[in-house]
Formats: sequence, C-alpha cells, structure tokens
Amino acid sequence: MKDEVTSRDERVANLKGMGASRKRVEDARFTQGKGNYVDDVKLPGMLFGDFVRSPYAHARVNGINIEEAMKVPGVLAVLTAKDLEPLGLHWMPTLAGDKQMVLADGKVLFQGQEVAFVVATDRYACADGVEAVEVDYEDLPVIVDPFEAMQSDLVLREDLEAGADGAHGPRKHHNHIFLWEEGDEAATNQALESSEVVAEEMVYYHRTHPCPLETCGCVASMDKVNGKLTLWGTFQAPHVVRTVASLLSGIDEHNIRVISPDIGGGFGNKVGVYPGYVCSIVASIVTGKPVKWIEDRMDNLMATAFARDYWMKGKISATKDGKITGLHCHVTADHGAFDACADPTKFPAGFFHICTGSYDIPVAYVGVDGVYTNKAPGGVAYRCSFRVTEAAYFIERMIEVLAIELNMDAAELRRINFIKQEQFPYTSALGWEYDSGDYHTAWDKALEAVDYAGLRAEQAQRVEDFKAGKTRKLLGIGLTHFTEIVGAGPVKNCDILGMGMFDSCEIRIHPTGSAIARLGTISQGQGHATTFAQILASETGIPADKITIEEGDTDTAPYGLGTYGSRSTPVAGAATALAGRKIRAKAQMIAAYLLEVHDDDVEWDVDRFVVKGAPERFKTMAEIAFASYNQAIPGVEPGLEAVSYYDPPNMTYPFGAYVCVMEIDVDTGEHEVRQFYALDDCGTRINPMVIEGQVHGGLTEALAIAMGQEIAYDDMGNCKTGTLMDFFMPTAWETPHYTTDHTETPSPHHPIGAKGVGESPNVGGVPAFSNAVHDAFRAFGLRQSHMPHDHWRIWKTANQLGLHG
Amino acid sequence: MTKTHVSLTVNGEKKDVLVDPRELLIHTLREQMDITGPHIGCETSHCGACTVDLDGKSVKSCTMFTVQAEGADVTTIEGLGSPDGLHVLQEAFKENHGLQCGYCTPGMITRAHRLLQENPNPTEEEVRFGMAGNLCRCTGYQNIVKSVLAAASEMNSAKEAAE
Repeated sequence: MKDEVTSRDERVANLKGMGASRKRVEDARFTQGKGNYVDDVKLPGMLFGDFVRSPYAHARVNGINIEEAMKVPGVLAVLTAKDLEPLGLHWMPTLAGDKQMVLADGKVLFQGQEVAFVVATDRYACADGVEAVEVDYEDLPVIVDPFEAMQSDLVLREDLEAGADGAHGPRKHHNHIFLWEEGDEAATNQALESSEVVAEEMVYYHRTHPCPLETCGCVASMDKVNGKLTLWGTFQAPHVVRTVASLLSGIDEHNIRVISPDIGGGFGNKVGVYPGYVCSIVASIVTGKPVKWIEDRMDNLMATAFARDYWMKGKISATKDGKITGLHCHVTADHGAFDACADPTKFPAGFFHICTGSYDIPVAYVGVDGVYTNKAPGGVAYRCSFRVTEAAYFIERMIEVLAIELNMDAAELRRINFIKQEQFPYTSALGWEYDSGDYHTAWDKALEAVDYAGLRAEQAQRVEDFKAGKTRKLLGIGLTHFTEIVGAGPVKNCDILGMGMFDSCEIRIHPTGSAIARLGTISQGQGHATTFAQILASETGIPADKITIEEGDTDTAPYGLGTYGSRSTPVAGAATALAGRKIRAKAQMIAAYLLEVHDDDVEWDVDRFVVKGAPERFKTMAEIAFASYNQAIPGVEPGLEAVSYYDPPNMTYPFGAYVCVMEIDVDTGEHEVRQFYALDDCGTRINPMVIEGQVHGGLTEALAIAMGQEIAYDDMGNCKTGTLMDFFMPTAWETPHYTTDHTETPSPHHPIGAKGVGESPNVGGVPAFSNAVHDAFRAFGLRQSHMPHDHWRIWKTANQLGLHG
Repeated sequence: MTKTHVSLTVNGEKKDVLVDPRELLIHTLREQMDITGPHIGCETSHCGACTVDLDGKSVKSCTMFTVQAEGADVTTIEGLGSPDGLHVLQEAFKENHGLQCGYCTPGMITRAHRLLQENPNPTEEEVRFGMAGNLCRCTGYQNIVKSVLAAASEMNSAKEAAE
C-alpha cells in the first residue's frame, strides 16, 4: 500500500495523537447549528408533557381535580400519583439509597415539587392544561435550616419508619439521614488538645446549581408493536439510565434503548434520574405516542440537582512554627427533601474525606450528618468529583485561617506542609492513596510567575495608602493549592446503585485502515470525539482524522458508567488505550506473518510494525488491517476488533496551584479580578487546547459560585433564585482573562498517565476567588465570611470591619 | 384559538405560517420551520441561545411573538455560511476553540455577526460588552472573544484586499 508520509516526524504529526492541539471534530456541526440536542428530536405524533408544580415548600395535598384541565383543547391526559401507584412508580429509588416521590403522594416537601403531569398535543396546550389543574393544598410549617431541622419536632418525611435505620446506618432524629465518619476522632482530638496552636472556624459552602445552558429533558417513545422503549435524553450516564429504567418499569433491558444525543452542558445536573423521565415513559406507554418533556429554566433551578449546601465546622492544629498536627471536621449537610445525592453508594458524603488536601496531616477525622429540609433534592457534584470542591474549599479556607492564627504568610504555611514528592504514593490520614504529585515544584512555579513577593509588597503599600485615605480600594491575593480525587472508580469500593464504576471502549478497525470506537461515556462539551481519537491514534497508528468516536447509544456502545467526576479520561481513556493495545497485539502477529518473521522480530514504530534491524521492511497498520480481513492467516481469526472494560486500580489525583489577584472597592463592594494564574497538573496531557478550554470554563463557573451564584430560599421555603435574573451567570463582561500554565506529573497506574482535568478549575477556583476576598480584608481583621461574595456581602463585610468611617 | 397568518423571510427564503397570536418566534422557527440552530436556554431573554438577526438587529427570539415578525427579514445561524464554505466567524470559532458543548454557539455566532457589522473593528473590551447578552457555561468566554477578534481581523483584511 502506498506510504505517502515518509519521515518519522511527519508520520507522528500526521497521526494528530496525544499531545497535539488537534482542532475539534465536533465543531463543524455545532458552528452551523446542526447539533442534535434532545429538544431537536421530533417524532411523528409526538406529544408534550409538563408538570404542575407545588407553590408550597411543605403542604398536604388533599385533592387534585383534573376535570377542567381535561377540557382544555389538546390535553390528552393528566397523571397523578394515583395513576402511577398501581405501577409502583409513584415513588422511585434515588441514587443515594433513599426514595423520592415521582408525583406528590399526599404531601409536598419542597417548592417546585412535581404534583401532576399534563400530556397534550403541543407545548402551549400543555401549559394551558397545567394552569387548569386544581390542587387543594393545606400548608404546613416549613424548615429550611438544617440545624433547626435536627432540633424540630416537625417530621418532614412521614413515609420513613420512625427509629428505623436509613441506607447508611442509624438515624439520630426523624429529620436525620445519616452520620458518615472517617478517620480517628480520639487521636485527632488528642492532637488538637496537645498542639500549640488551634484554629477553629465554620466554613459554609452555600447551595448552588450547575445550570447548564440546556436544561434537562427527554423524549420517550414506546413502540407497542415491537415492545421496545426508546428514550432520548440529557443523560450523563445513559447506560445507568437504561438499567434503572428496566428495573423500575419491568421492561427487559434489551427492549430499552437509551440515547444521549448532543448534550448542552451537564456539570452534574444530568446525572440524576428525575420524575420527568419516569412520567414521560409512563405517558408514552399510556398514550401509545412519543412524549417529550423539557424543563424550563425555572423548573431546572428549582427542582433538579442543586449542589453543595455544606456547613463545615473545622478545627486545625499546628506547632507554633506552622507544622500542621491535626484536622477535625464536622459537616452538617443539607440534602433537601429527599436524599438524592449522586455519590458512589459506599460514600454518602462523596469523597469529602479528601479534605486533608495537599498537606501531610498526620491525623484527621471527618463526620458528616446528612439532614432533611424543605428544599429541593439533589446534591450533585457540580463540576467536581463527588464533594471534592467542598473539601478543597474547606481545607483551603482552614489553611488561611490557620495562617492568620499563626501570623504567618499563607504561601509559606502551605509550602512547609505539602506532601513531599518522595512521599508518593502517599496514604492520607483519611485513607486515600495519592498516586503522584510534585506540589513544591508547581507552587514555586506559580509564585514566581505572579511575582508573589512583589504582590505582597504592593498589598502592604495599599493598606498603608488606604489607612492614609489615599485610596478606597484594597488588594487581595487569593492562593490555592488543591488536590483532587477523580476517576471513580475501582469497582471494589465504587458503585452506583450496585453498578460498578468501570468504563469501556470497543474498537473496530475497517479494512482500509480507518476505525470506529465506541465508549461507555458521553461528552457534554468535553470534546471526546476529538481527544479519544487522539489516544487511539497514538496507540494504533491510525490517524485521528480517520477514527470516528461514538458514545451515548446503549444499543451500540459498550456498557459504561458515564461522564461526570472527571472520570472519562481516567477510566474510559484507560479502556481506550488498552483496547488500542489489544489491536496492536493482534496486528503484531499479522505483521510478523506478512513479513515472514517471528512475532518477536517486529517492533512498533508510530504507525507500523518494522522488522528489527531492517527498517525498510515494515507493514503499516492500514496494510495490516486490510490483511486481517482479506488474507487467510493461520491461527488468527479474521477481523481487527477489540474491547476493553477497565476497572481502575486507584483514583487519580490531579492538582494545581492558583493565584487570584483582586481589587476590591470598599465602598461599593465591587471587585475586579486583575490577574488570574492557573497552573494545572493533570498528568499526561492529551490535547493542550482542550485542556486550556476546560480550565477557562471551570474557572468561570468557580467565579460565578464564589462571587454571586446561589440557590437561596426565604423562611417560607420560596426559592428566590429561580430565573437567570436572580441566579448569577457571569457574562463575557464580568469574566476576567486567565493565564494558564502546567506541570506534568503522570499517574503511575494509568495506562497513559492521564489524570483528568475538567473539574480541577472549579475545585481550585472557588477557594482562589474566595481567598482573594478574605485576603484583601485580612489586615483589617477578617477571618471568615460566607460565600457568595456578591457586592452586597462584600460591602457588608467592609461595613462590619468599620471601614466605612 | 384563531390562527394568524404571518409572512416573513427566513434565511433569504419567503415563509408563510399560521400561528397562534401567542406563539413565540423561537417555537415557530424550531417547530414549524425545523430551524433548530437557535436554542432555548432561559425563556427570559437572559441567555441569548435563541438569538437571531431580525431586520438588522440581534433579537432574542424566545421573547418575541411570531406575529410581531410580520414582514421581517430573519437570519439564523443556518443562514450564515454553508457546509461547503463556512462563514468567517464559524471558521474562527472552530480555529480558536470558541465552543465546547455547542449549545450557545448558534446564538453566539449570530450575535457576533451583527456586532461586527455594528462595529467592524472592535477592541477586546467592546467585544466583551457587545457579546454580554449571550451566556456561555463552558468556555469562560476567553476563546469566544479571541474568535470574534480573529474573525474581525480576517474580515477586515479581506475587505482591504477587495478595495
């Protein structure tokens, strides 16, 4: 076969393999408006479904009258809990071992809760039908504060048997869900008591929401002739949805096809199973027609998948020269009305116990109390691996508070406590085995890049000028060194609803040397079609431009647990590399046969097998592929395909060093990010352009969270932030310019050394922005103030510190 | 509900539709005309995913009735470039990694297209301000701004070459 590219460098470049900033193959269709998102799915006879939602945060539902609604032209059905009950679908299991009402069963527990499902011929008729449903509510007292919930006589979840254990052990109170503990509390307390310095602080990470630009939705189509259910939807885990749909509906799994089409951002919002999916399926079965359900923005913000809401009470101790001796943390976690957190089953607080961060802390303890309140259920990992952002925020705030207590520079305090390079693999006091890291190198590089000493000098001068009345602006230097834990995860301890968290890749090489690979994950903007082809290009020698990547169709893709928690590269990326290596192993046998030498006498070189010592004798992968199909090779099956299911031996531990320099106007509370430097170490880098894009995006989500974005409730349980008018989403105008940088410390256990990066900037960004605000006021006595640091809150902080004269 | 007849031009093609007076332009485009480039993100004019060009202005089609578009000349992302020849902006967004999930992209490019006609030679600050009606959750805007500036420069060089 013709070999057009001759020099080795040209052949490497031609692959566009790992390390290349390959342009994205997805972009041609997206830039032309030819993406195919769930709301673009249009089927003959398709109906629309929408919810009647509760205006109350807590109320009895004494009756639902659908008579008037059924008279609305175009309305075909109104489903209530009574209709779902005979099917056993009026409640459904949550991912966290609890159960959740699909439609209000006698009461509602949060504002926006699904009460009835109206099905009509079009969106407008459906909206009319929703308006016409009459619900008789009897309002009940409301609890929105988790601390009050734990004291109150009011029972929120009357469906749970009093005194019975929950999914994660004993419940201390009728509004308590679980207590989850890790570490040695006695030893930790002893360390705290015997230490020279102890800092104590309540760190609150407020409730917020992933709010992808595309809301959640689905189209359910039950084909009664063939007995097949097809479900298109915004699913970050399509295979899990298929299994759950089968278990819930009783339809055999082979008769369910789940398709995640293009997804308009996920960020954790699209991991859960929501009542809309269940109701659409039932409505399609009832009507015999396809049913589409698409959330509007208010539904999305009020009812699906909040994130965070962790009250973290911390104690950290140290010697007087700053060596940390112990860390204690107790969390009161507000889970809302149902425990619908998306965490691996054995970890009801996710991986929060990564909260020792980047530091060598000899002893630690974490206890997390999950609590019910009258707020929306959820608890998803909003652009982070399960509760890792809460953990990173907690430790990075505690370090700052300790630095204040010690009257020490916070950069230096970090440096003297970092886990040292030679300590990896490092087992933390809370039981994690960190795979690799080189924190000191990253830290020094970051501080040098921003001229840290110069910034501190400028800041000191600014404080003098402020005190002298020469300026009304303060300067904050926000530092963060975070360590993430991603790539869930080893099946031995990571599962969701009993489904092990492996992932998969299946490759088929075509006779002419191009290929298709299918994975168990699903891109929501991460660019999998681009980057996974690069992994395969490097592994198989087939140019990335000749490899199609497909995901999201459960009829064709191998089973996998989906995309969230930065797990695609660590888990499915590993499966991809290993499947590629299986292809290569078979190709080696074929090449040896074709070259008439022993298998061991050929060696791999970029895109071909070469006879050792005779570089002019070779077979390219394209030639091998053709032969594999068309030539009888003794002892070798025809074809060139491979599949790999990868169960990771460990998590991966990406890390990074961020510095945020922020100007704060003391009189208006306004801020301006003057400089943001982000150094990320995600191990081996597959596509630097895509990595940089991920970092920009994650930092902007972090900016939103730290500086204004929240899901807020009033005392009556009314959600005050149900539209984009109230829920802060930064525009291009508010968003600063970012400088990105990197070090590269490969993961020793990952086939290509990659660690995952999508969530690092959110995990590290939030403490960096927040620490900048705190740091600006450090000279005036601020220790801790709660996020989000919107203008009003910053103004209030300045006011409380007496800076308004 | 009595339907109203509306005539309008979409991407250069004359269209006649029957709509409820309350029907929103985005729904007419997406559901009657199968023009699914413009997306729905918020239904309150904040996110800009539904941005179209209407009589020379960027308009959020989720908060405009179709009947208000009687006689209007509408351009959506589908009206810019073609698979055989992408518009300069479409090329620039691809080239500069100005998109990730792609959901905001049609509105973003449609807005940028109008912005560059309003101001063919914008500064970075003017691009950031001029694009502030369009939200993106994935990119942090840095590469979107870069894409728009690159397209502006490309279009200006092409114009100079032609003169």
